[in-house]
Amino acid sequence: MIAAPPEPQAPGLGDFANHDLLEVSMGPHHPSTHGVFRMNVVLDGERVVKLTPVFGYLHRNHEKIAEKNSYLASIPYTDRLDYICSMTNNWAYVLSVEKLAGLMVAERAEYIRVIVAELTRLFNHACLAGFLLQDMGALGTPLMYAFREREKILDLFESLSGSRMMCNYMRFGGCRCDLPAGWREQAAKVAADFVFFLDQFEALLSENEILRARSEGVGVLPRGLAVNAGVTGPGLRASGVNYDVRKVDRYGIYDRFKFRVPLGERGDVFDRYMVRILEMRESVKILDQALRDIPAGAIMDPKVKLRNLRPKPGEAYGRIESPKGELGFYLISDGGPTPWRYRVRPPSLINLTVLEDMCLGHTIADVVIILGSIDIVLGEVDR
Amino acid sequence: MLGRGLLRGFFETGRNFCGSYYDPARLTTVQYPEEKLAPQENARTVPFLVYDGEDPLAGLRCTACTICAQECPAHCMEVVKDTEKKADYLGKMQVKPRVFAIDMSVCMGCGICVEVCPFDSIKMDQVFELAREDRRMLLQLKDLAKSNAYFHQIHPGEAAAVDEARAEEKRKAQAKRATAAAPATPAIL
Amino acid sequence: MSALDSIFISTEHWLAGLAPAGVRPLVSMLLIIAGLMAVFGSCFALTTILERKILGRMQNRYGPNRVGPCGLFQPLADGVKMLIKEDIVPFSADQAVHFLAPVALTAPIWLAFAVLPFGRGMSAIELDAGILFFFAIGSASELAVFMAGWSSQNKYSLLGAMRAIAQMISYEVPLVLASIPVLIAASSLSLPEIVQAQSGFVMGWIPRWNVFTPWGLAGFALFMIAAAAESNRCPFDLPEGESELIAGFLTEYSGFKYALFFLGEYLGLFAVTGLGVTLFLGGWQAPARWLEWLPSWGWFAAKFGVLIFLFIWARATLPRLRLDQLLNFAWKFLVPLALVNLFVAVAWWQSGVWQFPGALELRWLLGTGLLAGVYVWLGRALKGGKTAEHHYNYAE
Repeated sequence: MIAAPPEPQAPGLGDFANHDLLEVSMGPHHPSTHGVFRMNVVLDGERVVKLTPVFGYLHRNHEKIAEKNSYLASIPYTDRLDYICSMTNNWAYVLSVEKLAGLMVAERAEYIRVIVAELTRLFNHACLAGFLLQDMGALGTPLMYAFREREKILDLFESLSGSRMMCNYMRFGGCRCDLPAGWREQAAKVAADFVFFLDQFEALLSENEILRARSEGVGVLPRGLAVNAGVTGPGLRASGVNYDVRKVDRYGIYDRFKFRVPLGERGDVFDRYMVRILEMRESVKILDQALRDIPAGAIMDPKVKLRNLRPKPGEAYGRIESPKGELGFYLISDGGPTPWRYRVRPPSLINLTVLEDMCLGHTIADVVIILGSIDIVLGEVDR
Repeated sequence: MLGRGLLRGFFETGRNFCGSYYDPARLTTVQYPEEKLAPQENARTVPFLVYDGEDPLAGLRCTACTICAQECPAHCMEVVKDTEKKADYLGKMQVKPRVFAIDMSVCMGCGICVEVCPFDSIKMDQVFELAREDRRMLLQLKDLAKSNAYFHQIHPGEAAAVDEARAEEKRKAQAKRATAAAPATPAIL
Repeated sequence: MSALDSIFISTEHWLAGLAPAGVRPLVSMLLIIAGLMAVFGSCFALTTILERKILGRMQNRYGPNRVGPCGLFQPLADGVKMLIKEDIVPFSADQAVHFLAPVALTAPIWLAFAVLPFGRGMSAIELDAGILFFFAIGSASELAVFMAGWSSQNKYSLLGAMRAIAQMISYEVPLVLASIPVLIAASSLSLPEIVQAQSGFVMGWIPRWNVFTPWGLAGFALFMIAAAAESNRCPFDLPEGESELIAGFLTEYSGFKYALFFLGEYLGLFAVTGLGVTLFLGGWQAPARWLEWLPSWGWFAAKFGVLIFLFIWARATLPRLRLDQLLNFAWKFLVPLALVNLFVAVAWWQSGVWQFPGALELRWLLGTGLLAGVYVWLGRALKGGKTAEHHYNYAE
């Protein structure tokens, strides 16, 4: 006989059961939660003693839809995962399918992929710095400056792929369409302007005593915990762990570019912010090299069929270093036109698992900043 | 020294404030709807059907092959073939669609229908002011069909390339028909 | 010159003269009150729109520019919006206290305008202890914040109110301490006399304003920082922070009462800015004799406008301080600095008898040297050893 399921119990509070605790729900509608995200926070006075993230408000059945759609049709859906960085989402997915189906990528397309991925990384990190300062109360001034630069890059994407955000640009074996005339020069100019913007941005922010006072020592993520929890991306590197998928896997043609990987020391909010600023400078270097060296040629292998891709039965895991962390797609094919299993490894979600550990002992004002420094996008967390 | 970073911050915002009055690169706001940015050539929003000439139904390039409806990720298109056949620009007998409906509230503007169409008959439009007060977003054939002249207007490069490719195919088809029709000249012995 | 200068006084006398002799003093007072409320009410409206436009320009966007020419009728639109909103009062709230809180905030602040000298002979009441009256009124309005938090019967509002009170009380101390050297210099608590004491020119062209002395400069900076904290302006606006969970003592207020809170806050800002102009910037005095064609109230307005612009600039640039950092800043940095400032001011005045050549330069050097040294030392202590430069390694 099957026993009745146990009664649901309120989460135990242990030693704190006798204190006067305040349970607060930073609900899905909140100016600082970066989307529809809820945190149940238990406070002892001003200090956080327990924090439970509640997400799923943006769940859209992405993985199940992909099981019903062909491989080609899933590409526009990947745009909408981390809706700020659509190009890198596309790349992670087509990389997985190319591994699954054993397809080769045209060389010019590889260079274009690197260029648009690094442009994406530039504006993602700039926007993150802006949003972090917004959470700290700087009333949107750095955010507006970051968005001014983002507009230039979005114009580039619009002239390349037709859409500013939902680019739907990569295809299996290459890219959808070639660079329009004058795009390279425009992109080179945007990269050059970005260096000036970074100098101004750092002048505004990096020495700012209030920013430092609010973010130094706050939300420290120890190295061991970061590695054990599977945290990836700038959050991991800010804790001092040298792990960048571009250097580890050398996917695409990243081994042809000279760039460095900045590492932080203490893993607090300031380190995560600073590592992103330094990464932006490295991305500009990669952009300069790629724009200089891009060869002429075809962007897609003409033999690759667009419709009706049926990879042989098997599985593949393709991963890239997206601006948020390691974005991976795990695909299992059964030989049919649609995947048998399609699983996204969302970096935002995995990075969120350490939120409670980072927030314990801090005040509510710090919780908002720590959440901002992890850099989550709910589209990716909930899929 | 305490306060140095703050003073640098003040300098930056002050510079931005002064610059916003004379430097267009500082204040980049476009005041919609009085000022509008022209869309780039490649910009895409929702699809439309292309027809050649003046008559939408007679010049419609679509042959109701339904490939676009099959490949559409959002499954927002409904295509039903007609029964009578007419010759297309290459001389082949093709059907036309009796029903061609796209639910614009579902369409995500991805452009995959355009990529897979073998007949260059569905292309991406650039209209973005699609908001309505009712729910009539299900567009039928008569709403979707727009002329080739309009296509040239919004995507000049792409339209020119498509026209050239179609003209080339027409020439080849005519050449093939000419050699098939003309009897082989016997060699004079 | 003097006709334009005393235009407000002569208008008020003429209008009061129209009333019968018995009620003339009462009518005169009512006219002054009406004038002050009109001027500072419209100043409030103007400041809200100017703040949004200046913030916008600093953030590379236009501010509101749809309602009226350049958006100048925006405050009217905002006022109408606030008036037609539903006035929600929580069921379990203390009704009387909830209603009285915005009134208790705004009413005392109007009183504070009574002692400020806006021009030559233009202070509504000439009290011998004007500045004492001013500080007393400023503290009275802090009670309203607590009334708001308590009456809402909402634990978040109460916490927010307590934090706001802690902030305001903490910053009263540097505010008063920064103004004590001025009182010593002028030997008077009366504001018009303080302005008079700053008349004249040193070396023929430098005005004798208090800000042009080492202790005055430091005092002015301290006063302005404390003033920003008193009025809950960024970077000290944690009690009303939007991105914090606890929306502060204003959570349960909607509609016109919310607008009254904002009116009270801005009026407090105006009052303390006016005091800053009076104490440190020479009040209504012109900076040079050849500039005295502009009326005295015009100079007051100009200096006032510059200070308000500085507050708006600070709001655009600086992120918010956390409450414990805010309180640390007040008690561990501003108060010691204010005390040292007081010492430097006394030393300045005692060494005023030095007549040897280079005496002025020496006094300046000693004053600024001591203040700068204490500033750097306190700054290091405040950072608590986090001054180490961040070191970022790179992996290849």
